[in-house]
Amino acid sequence: MLSANMTELAYLVASVLVILALKGLSSPETSRRGNMFGMLGMGIAVLVTLQLDGIENYTWILVAIATGGLIGGVAARKVPMTGMPETVAFMHALVGLSAVLIATSAFLNPMAYGIADSMGAMHTASRIELFLGTFIGAITFTASLVAFGKLKGFVSGNPVTFSGQHLFNLVLGIVMVGAGIVFCINESPTAFMVMLSIALVLGILLIIPIGGADMPVIVSMLNSYSGWAAAGIGFTLGNNMLIVAGALVGSSGAILSYIMCKAMNRSLFHVLLGGFGSDTSDSGSSVAEVGTRPVRSGAAEDAAFLLKNARSVIIIPGYGLAVARAQHALKELVEVLQMQGVKVRFAIHPVAGRMPGHMNVLLAEADVPYDIVEEMDEINPEFSDTDVALVIGANDVVNPAAKTDASSPIYGMPILEASKAEHVIVVKRSLSVGYAGLDNDLFYMDKTMMVFDDAKKACEAMLHAIE
Amino acid sequence: MSANVSDTVGQAAMAVDVADPIVMSFTVFVLAIFVGYHVVWNVTPALHTPLMSVTNALSSIVIVGAMIASGPVEMNLATILGLIAVGLASVNIFGGFMVTQRMLAMFKKRG
Repeated sequence: MLSANMTELAYLVASVLVILALKGLSSPETSRRGNMFGMLGMGIAVLVTLQLDGIENYTWILVAIATGGLIGGVAARKVPMTGMPETVAFMHALVGLSAVLIATSAFLNPMAYGIADSMGAMHTASRIELFLGTFIGAITFTASLVAFGKLKGFVSGNPVTFSGQHLFNLVLGIVMVGAGIVFCINESPTAFMVMLSIALVLGILLIIPIGGADMPVIVSMLNSYSGWAAAGIGFTLGNNMLIVAGALVGSSGAILSYIMCKAMNRSLFHVLLGGFGSDTSDSGSSVAEVGTRPVRSGAAEDAAFLLKNARSVIIIPGYGLAVARAQHALKELVEVLQMQGVKVRFAIHPVAGRMPGHMNVLLAEADVPYDIVEEMDEINPEFSDTDVALVIGANDVVNPAAKTDASSPIYGMPILEASKAEHVIVVKRSLSVGYAGLDNDLFYMDKTMMVFDDAKKACEAMLHAIE
Repeated sequence: MSANVSDTVGQAAMAVDVADPIVMSFTVFVLAIFVGYHVVWNVTPALHTPLMSVTNALSSIVIVGAMIASGPVEMNLATILGLIAVGLASVNIFGGFMVTQRMLAMFKKRG
């Protein structure tokens, strides 16, 4: 076995490899190599741990790794790209549950972790660390399960609210912390169990008031929590590798939550208070107008004519595109247009899919080259110089009210400025409202042509008309 | 502080004022947050979904803790919980890295 110094150095190498894995994601070219570094780092960490003093249960550990690895590997091959948000939520739940199990095991047998004195009593510092790791893990576990259920459709995406909810959660939170403090003082098993149970319940209660539209923020936030839970376990073990990896994941999730909140024009505080996107929200007046204002509608063939004669086209895809499974038809349309000499680009709003970067993956899956897919900040100045903006399955992210109407609930939200293009084509099934429950002025502009059809059928019809 | 230090560093270091290991852990923790902050802001938004799936695999580094929990040969509740945690973390490690690899392989340049 390795000396203590060699072990620490090996963990250091693994930590550096893990940082390189994240660094690789700065561009698609370096990302695959980065992912290899990540796997290598994780492999080193596991091997180094296997040779540690006190780890003798090799057979069972290897059986557990093989079983888990097999399940994970099969799942990784089978999961559809549209299902990534719920998959990620489920994986967060697994991290949370692992953290809880490890903490409970450490509580039952502190000697194995070397965190107890010769009498078997835990150090005070270890109790505090154990308390933190346990409750963060427990909240991550149940909260992620609820988020998974909401994304998968097992649980209603509507916010569940009741009067006194926040006060109730606050009281539970205080009792939980209180029980945690009691545990830190006297290592009482009852206090530990009370703390753990309340944390599990709290995870559920904190997520049920949050609506389906806010799930991208919640999934990012739980990503962050799972990292802090890992770091908490790292403190318990005094293991720098866990602390480094946990801190990296924690800050990554926090940054993603921030980016998502900003893109949705919501503060994290309001997301957490919940209730957004419920049927009771005050959007009645704008919904009533829908259908009474005149729009210019056209057939897919008319849209195809516009596209074919354009010099440049920017396509704005929304999640509706993926729901209609229209990515492949759209990609063929793009290729045909490119052959005709039309400059085609995609404009991606940060909340275009159901999780950060989701739309980019869905387009990549349809073989759309990533160098024609641009982010909001890069592409917005280009719209005024563009002949046709083609909006497919997106709504709120192109609503000009976000810039012009100070009374609109989405006022201030960053949008893709499709309305600045020479012509706008919107492919949409009907004039129904988006997540925010708002009417969209873009649909009623003189330069806008609405194509009322399913995204896939419309793309196929446009493709056919151009060929 | 004195009680913890005496346990961990032993008699030889008693005379010197040695920082508690938890302080060293905290130092590493804070520095790692800074590294994470800078590295993650550099991640291109197009790869935010792979970022989430790979961080999922990375937070399953808790497998180290799970292996320590299941280390003793004697089977009891503590080791069984540890083994379950090893299995769950393995699902994430293999699943997370493989699904990330699958996604990254889809990102291709024109031509």
